Amino acid sequence: MCEASGRCGGCGEAPVRRRAAPACSRPRPCVKCGDGPAAVVIRIGDAFCRACFREYFVHKFRAMLGKNRVIFPGEKVLLALSGGMASSAMLRQVQEGLSRETAKRLRFVPGLIYIDAAAAVPTEGAVCGQSLVQREQTLTRMEALLQETGFPYYLASLEQALELPGSILRRGPGGDSEPSPSYKAAVEGFIQQQRQEEANGDGGTSPAGLGTQDGPAGGSHAHLPAAARTEELLRLFDAAETLTAKEELLQMLRSHLLLHTARTQGYTKVMTGESCTRVAIKLLTNLALGRGAFLAVDTGFVDSRHGDVTVVRPMRDYMAKEIAFYNHFFGVPTVITPPLHAKRREKTSIHRLMENFLLGLQVDFPSTISTVYRTGEKLSVAPAESNGELQRCLLCLCALDIAGEEELALEPTLVKEDTGNGAESRAAFIPLLCYSCRLTFKEMGPPATLPPYVRTEAQHRNCRALMKQQIQEFLLEDDEEEPGGS
Amino acid sequence: MAAPVSLQVEFGGGAELLFDGVKKHQVTLPSQPEPWDIRNLLKWIKQNLLKERPELFMQGESVRPGILVLINDADWELMGELDYKLQDQDNVLFISTLHGG
Repeated sequence: MCEASGRCGGCGEAPVRRRAAPACSRPRPCVKCGDGPAAVVIRIGDAFCRACFREYFVHKFRAMLGKNRVIFPGEKVLLALSGGMASSAMLRQVQEGLSRETAKRLRFVPGLIYIDAAAAVPTEGAVCGQSLVQREQTLTRMEALLQETGFPYYLASLEQALELPGSILRRGPGGDSEPSPSYKAAVEGFIQQQRQEEANGDGGTSPAGLGTQDGPAGGSHAHLPAAARTEELLRLFDAAETLTAKEELLQMLRSHLLLHTARTQGYTKVMTGESCTRVAIKLLTNLALGRGAFLAVDTGFVDSRHGDVTVVRPMRDYMAKEIAFYNHFFGVPTVITPPLHAKRREKTSIHRLMENFLLGLQVDFPSTISTVYRTGEKLSVAPAESNGELQRCLLCLCALDIAGEEELALEPTLVKEDTGNGAESRAAFIPLLCYSCRLTFKEMGPPATLPPYVRTEAQHRNCRALMKQQIQEFLLEDDEEEPGGS
Repeated sequence: MAAPVSLQVEFGGGAELLFDGVKKHQVTLPSQPEPWDIRNLLKWIKQNLLKERPELFMQGESVRPGILVLINDADWELMGELDYKLQDQDNVLFISTLHGG
């Protein structure tokens, strides 16, 4: 096997090994127009000039949306921004797309959300002192960026995840049951409606509420949450034993917060800015985490596990390099914050290991990431997955993939703990989780440190299961159902 | 003997965090027998500018995978990467793509 550092001579196999171009001070002409000086190399050896690159970039975004046809005209779409390069590029593409002339204009209504996750990054004195100042500065910069766009925006902090309702962990109504109108019919209907409005002297639809700011909990201005909340969140993250568990926890809280905002503010779609590089890394990371059954949902273009709110990933075809060049050439503003593992020395996470592995391979074998991505594209969501009737994992809302017998195999690995207060023991959560969430859960702190909404929903489900067991004999069952199954 | 070379070295995408948060550096490379190229520049940066965690910026004699290099606003792959001979008043920009988005 080739080593991760990739500098060995290779296995003598097919993958194209990159040869550096000969040193020369004058860049070659663009391969597309043959005119302008090439500025960036896309894929292997395709050198584009700035203008052609811009066309290529913009075209890709529209093609991605057009090919998949899941965003209907007039629909409210929430853009999840992290301030990083990919989501900022996504915002710019949406802005460009909305401002085109009528025929080619993008037709949805965007809203923006930024989740301040500074509390999850462990720094000394995270609750006070210099890092608080930095956090406020970042928030201010982000707010200025959002305000400039003119779209309605929401500033949330990860601490608000502690106040979510238990219903967030339940699949929303609709999605699979009702037949959606055909895309073409919807577009035609929308265009007709617009013509009507213009004929009536209306200015046409415009994004509602310029510059409104609302948090899911109703807070208005960009200010930091109460220190007590931040401490509670820090305790939650501290209690997680491994960096891998922390990363998974962060992703989970973030996605629940996004979902909550979308639901309460009436958005049916959420767009996240995962680039091709990020998707490829996530694909392999999730395999290592035991989420092989859910790869299509976790990395595909459409993620409809929540039922009423669909997550869409329009940037998944762009390499991180293309995004970085685009942002640099065309002045896309970003607000970079250090990620969870920036300064940690000691142990690493599966996420980081996989990132280093893939990026290292990519240097010498430049088709690595696109190969992983294309292989992932072949995965499709299992029909059972889109069925709303199935039992779902408490944390990730994917279909439970463990049958009863395998539970017994996991039991010896569960730490026997003193259920002194009786109410909450780890064992009570296990049957509600899918395989990989169980592994993550085992590395998290005692159940008492978990966010309230997780504990509430877990209790709720266990109560129902207990109740169902008690009245089992009185229930009428179909012959196909397994008796005693819950 | 190569004359001293004056450059603007910039960092973006989060790479500036390793350089005290300073994005633009005006540097003058001292004169030396071999001509200055990117390879030598990297060594120089490691010794003189990099404040902490060198492994987050460099790997071996090149930059860490995930860090892009632009020479005068063009991809370094077009210029010969590590072998590009630096000229006076060149602009070298390092963008980190490792901080997601």
